[in-house]
Amino acid sequence: MNMVTEIITRENSYHEAFRTLQESQPDSPGSWLKRLRESAMESFQELGFPSVKDEEWKYTNVAPIARIDFKPATLTGAAASGSDDGNLAAFGCVEAKDSQLVFVNGMLCSDLSSLTGLPAGVVAIDLSQAISDERYGEIAWKHLAQQADYVANGFTALNTAFISNGVFVYIPKDVIVESPIHLLFISDGAHMASFPRVLLVAEEHSRATVIESYGGTQDAAPYFTNAVVEIVLKDGAQLEHYKVQRESTAAFHIATTAADLGPNSRYDATTITFGAELSRHDINVTLDHEGAECWVDGLYLVTTGQHADTHSLIDHRKPHCTSHQLYKGILDGKSRAVFNGKVYVRHDAQKTDAMQTNKNLLLSNEARVDTKPQLEILADDVKCAHGAAVGQIDEDELFYLETRGIHHDLARNLLTYGFAEEVIGKIKIDSIREQLDEAVLNRLNARLEA
Amino acid sequence: MLEIKDLHAGIDGNEILKGINLTVKKGEIHAIMGPNGSGKSTLAKVLAGHPAYEVTKGEVLYEGKNLLEMPPDERAREGVFMAFQYPIEVPGVSNAQFLRLAYNEKRKHLSEEELDPLEFKDLLKERARVVEMDASFMTRSVNEGFSGGEKKRNEILQMAVLEPKLAVLDETDSGLDIDALRIVAGGVNQLHNSENAIILVTHYQRLLNYIVPDYVHVLANGLIVKEGGKELALELEQKGYDWLKTAEPETTGVGAQAS
Repeated sequence: MNMVTEIITRENSYHEAFRTLQESQPDSPGSWLKRLRESAMESFQELGFPSVKDEEWKYTNVAPIARIDFKPATLTGAAASGSDDGNLAAFGCVEAKDSQLVFVNGMLCSDLSSLTGLPAGVVAIDLSQAISDERYGEIAWKHLAQQADYVANGFTALNTAFISNGVFVYIPKDVIVESPIHLLFISDGAHMASFPRVLLVAEEHSRATVIESYGGTQDAAPYFTNAVVEIVLKDGAQLEHYKVQRESTAAFHIATTAADLGPNSRYDATTITFGAELSRHDINVTLDHEGAECWVDGLYLVTTGQHADTHSLIDHRKPHCTSHQLYKGILDGKSRAVFNGKVYVRHDAQKTDAMQTNKNLLLSNEARVDTKPQLEILADDVKCAHGAAVGQIDEDELFYLETRGIHHDLARNLLTYGFAEEVIGKIKIDSIREQLDEAVLNRLNARLEA
Repeated sequence: MLEIKDLHAGIDGNEILKGINLTVKKGEIHAIMGPNGSGKSTLAKVLAGHPAYEVTKGEVLYEGKNLLEMPPDERAREGVFMAFQYPIEVPGVSNAQFLRLAYNEKRKHLSEEELDPLEFKDLLKERARVVEMDASFMTRSVNEGFSGGEKKRNEILQMAVLEPKLAVLDETDSGLDIDALRIVAGGVNQLHNSENAIILVTHYQRLLNYIVPDYVHVLANGLIVKEGGKELALELEQKGYDWLKTAEPETTGVGAQAS
């Protein structure tokens, strides 16, 4: 069997699963979802999985995903039986114990979830439930699949075709949610494909924090996570968004985050990428209203056998918007990373303030990173800066630590930890920050508290 | 404690030290003075084990052991400390984390029990008094965003925590205003005792008003050209370094006969 026919066969197996999903749901007030899925499936059949000939996928070959016969989780019906609280502990967040939704293999697991900590009016429910609810149906209809384009991206098309059991988060006007809302997606099955889907709508002057975590409990057999998160911030809304990807090393993780920022809204995104054999994250932020501000920061830490790709697009469309971006990468062993960051400043976007930085630390001669910050400016009265750096441990810093009696290897680890800390340190949720600190140190085989 | 014999060293193939002889006994304070480019800082860096400097001849014995064979971290654990002229910033690592790690590395080396974060916090609080540093410095990244004076105080704080037997202070007075100089010098004086030794590397006499040396050695062009007591520093202050350029190097160091 040559490659082309093989890939087509796999796509057909998704198609089969898709038919079953469509037939399982009767026509109802949410019928538009069925039509959306239909249209997305057509799009996926047309697009297929991207190939390295596509400029956007030049350095990330997804042929391994196309080759494996993943079973879409909607069909397996294996909801949550395999995972228990013990598995959750590793990925849990105590600050969100009463404001979390847990998904196992893409299926919402009510007995592991609790929302009692959320203020009245704040909603975090099953997306299909929201669609058929008269209070939220129209909001969902208005925003779902509007930010994440399924016509251009095969993975987004596939995710959209399989929307069944996603999350709808709704923060009403003026409401401040103190507890972080934790959306935890756990995979415990072999050869399974799951399609997490989140739509978050934050009304005017509301404020919330969302943690989006991914974890895997087995690393013996491959599995595939294909996630899409859409975020809509209305006038003056503020959202802190943490994406923490700690899939097992057997995972393929493909995710898109798309955020649409209203006037004077604030979007603070921090993306941590530690897991998966192959991961790709597209984060697209649209600043289409005056006065919006975003932070799009991230850290990827990979070692032998891992490939992590980040593509970001920050689109300044209107005047007086500000964007800050800091992405850091640590590459050890024979690992590979890609950073492609586009910042567009359109004609109308005068007084834009855009800052983009990508810094990479290579701990081994076999690691490789391809970094491409791109700035396209069409407006003339703007303040923009960008830069990328790839380097090794600084010899002067190393010597300084050594002269204080710190062993060479430990000194290297301490400096690497410090490099990561610039991103991890900004995480305001203690338990998550501590877990990540520890994860970094474990990777480095080091131990430092204080 | 320290015996430097006919030390030749340089960087990138350029010889900077051209035969240094110096003996330091415990309880002593030695000042190494000299004009810019005389090799003062090179001597400090060679003693600390900077990898860019190459020793081409001679030997350095520290407590009877060959210092030059030890990597820099081992020298430190054995009790050699260098305060940097330009302390390095270490982003993302807090001062407290860094100091505890360094402190515990030394304790381990001496087969002593390590201190946990709480125990160490108490110790750090006490030692910080030596250089009048408040608690806010402990949670900040090492030297990051510190003023010149704060960086130098932080060096002496490290010295206070690590309690070296031999401390080499490389231009610790440079860039300090008079108040910071007083604090730094006061800290060094508090830390000095009959069991340790201090080598002050300095261009100016002014530091020696606060930390009084037992011996002054003047370096010029990679050699010790004049040695004496603390009065020599005052003489240099008056006459500058120019008159020394014609001076013949002295072959025997002060106290060279001591063991």
